[in-house]
Amino acid sequence: MGTVISNERLADNVYHLRVGGEYGGEMGQFYMLRAWGAYPVLSRPLSIHQVSDEGIDFLYHVVGEGTELFSQLTPGDSINLEGPFGSGFPAVTGRVALIGGGIGIAPLLYCARELPGSDVYLGFSREPYRTEEFRSHAARLTVDVGGLILDNVDFAEYDHVFVCGPHPMLKAAQLKGIAAATAGSNVNVYLSLENRMACGIGACLVCSVSCKDGQRKACADGPVFLAEEVVFHD
Amino acid sequence: MIKNGDSSSLNTQLDLSANIAGITFKNPIVMASGTFGFGKEYAKYYDINELGGISGKGLTLQPKAGNQGTRVYETASGMLNSVGLENPGIPAFLEKECAYWETLDTARIVNLGGNTFEDYVTGAELIQQDADRRSDSGRKAVDMIELNISCPNVKEGGIAFGIRTCDARELVRAVRRATSLPLSVKLSPNAEDVADMALMCQEEGADAVSLINTISGMKIDVRRRRSVFNNLYAGLSGPAIKPIALRMVHQVAKRVEIPIIGMGGISSATDIIEFIMAGATVVQVGTYNFMNLRAGEDLLRDLRQFMIEENIYSLDEIRGIV
Repeated sequence: MGTVISNERLADNVYHLRVGGEYGGEMGQFYMLRAWGAYPVLSRPLSIHQVSDEGIDFLYHVVGEGTELFSQLTPGDSINLEGPFGSGFPAVTGRVALIGGGIGIAPLLYCARELPGSDVYLGFSREPYRTEEFRSHAARLTVDVGGLILDNVDFAEYDHVFVCGPHPMLKAAQLKGIAAATAGSNVNVYLSLENRMACGIGACLVCSVSCKDGQRKACADGPVFLAEEVVFHD
Repeated sequence: MIKNGDSSSLNTQLDLSANIAGITFKNPIVMASGTFGFGKEYAKYYDINELGGISGKGLTLQPKAGNQGTRVYETASGMLNSVGLENPGIPAFLEKECAYWETLDTARIVNLGGNTFEDYVTGAELIQQDADRRSDSGRKAVDMIELNISCPNVKEGGIAFGIRTCDARELVRAVRRATSLPLSVKLSPNAEDVADMALMCQEEGADAVSLINTISGMKIDVRRRRSVFNNLYAGLSGPAIKPIALRMVHQVAKRVEIPIIGMGGISSATDIIEFIMAGATVVQVGTYNFMNLRAGEDLLRDLRQFMIEENIYSLDEIRGIV
């Protein structure tokens, strides 16, 4: 059980939650959070935004009842955290691009801190947020509002590309990775997939992801997958 | 009845055990199929050997990829799931998971699903053959088969067998012939008459009945004007279904003499007590595993505490009391 230190509104329906205490976790991993009793039934998976001496931070977008309840938390409130879960982004060397779309920027700040010198691309449909925190770690920061952030990235310039964002953006990133590879690039594209989860630890199979080698679990095998492994159905 | 002594000494005097077809459950808490993997995942968080038992992820003869699209959606005090029996298949289970199950000191239940009549029977035969081989070498891995004729999320088999007693009878009879392992039949709340179905299972030689499976339900995305599930309907579980499950356990308990494995929305020790009072011998806990990662150990602690507070020495004192 953790204690809320702050819960700041950053933009329309986007919040920055800090929970006090000592928490671990690697780039791209997530926690299951719960700030209520029996209802809603399921805890909510949120990726680690950053870990510091003060605690652990999460960014979240209010999309339903659970995140709505998160948005009502105030300093001193209790919140239950289980984790860290999942397999995150790999610790890589070389030229790295971090690409986030909307709330998908959440896990990338941790990556930017761990992989200094990365180029960071952040795309927002309307109001940008948390861009200055990225600026202090990025070799180059590109922010796009209202467009398609992927249009700003040449995958062939990089050894590794980490992407987190909405489903269409992930599919587009996969296609860009394939195109770059076809043109002779050795770029490795990693996607952080968002999926509905129940258990968070690989037992219930509700977050199953179709991959070339069969069904895998977003919570335990992911949420980060090599783009070339993922089979998108729609 | 316990009258004196401090709670720690009372704790050691409590008898939470139960027996079904010669299988000892050290307590009535069994983890439900589909919510507990094959146990390994939760074993990282508490000692699952303290549980009465586990029912593994539902298995079919061939591996199944499960359903595409949304697989879970929350409802008021519950959730709908449409996993569609994703599983590695029985041969892969026997090869890859049984080595772990051998090491467990809790009742181990294989949940057996199927697409066709032949799938179920062949699956039961494979499990039996493996159990025979292990018996020869003293490496038991499976204590019981739970025959799932009630999964609402597969188009073939599954619930098609679980609605009408006449459809289910032949299947239960054939699986009963295919295995000498203790057999429980997992019943659907969507059955025409759940008590008739349970009575049929008893007549066909089942050692127990498990009830209830999830209730067929639906959720519509009003903006997209379609069901959120590719299969249209999904299985409702969680606290929302507990009153229905409890009523059905009570009804079945009045009709059959074989033990009942009761389940449906259990999320507290008093929920367990209710099912025991309605006539269940042991219970299964499903959706609550998602609400509390350490559901098993917390429920067991709270159940003991309740028994101490209520001066209940053995669950036999209250079983079927209502």
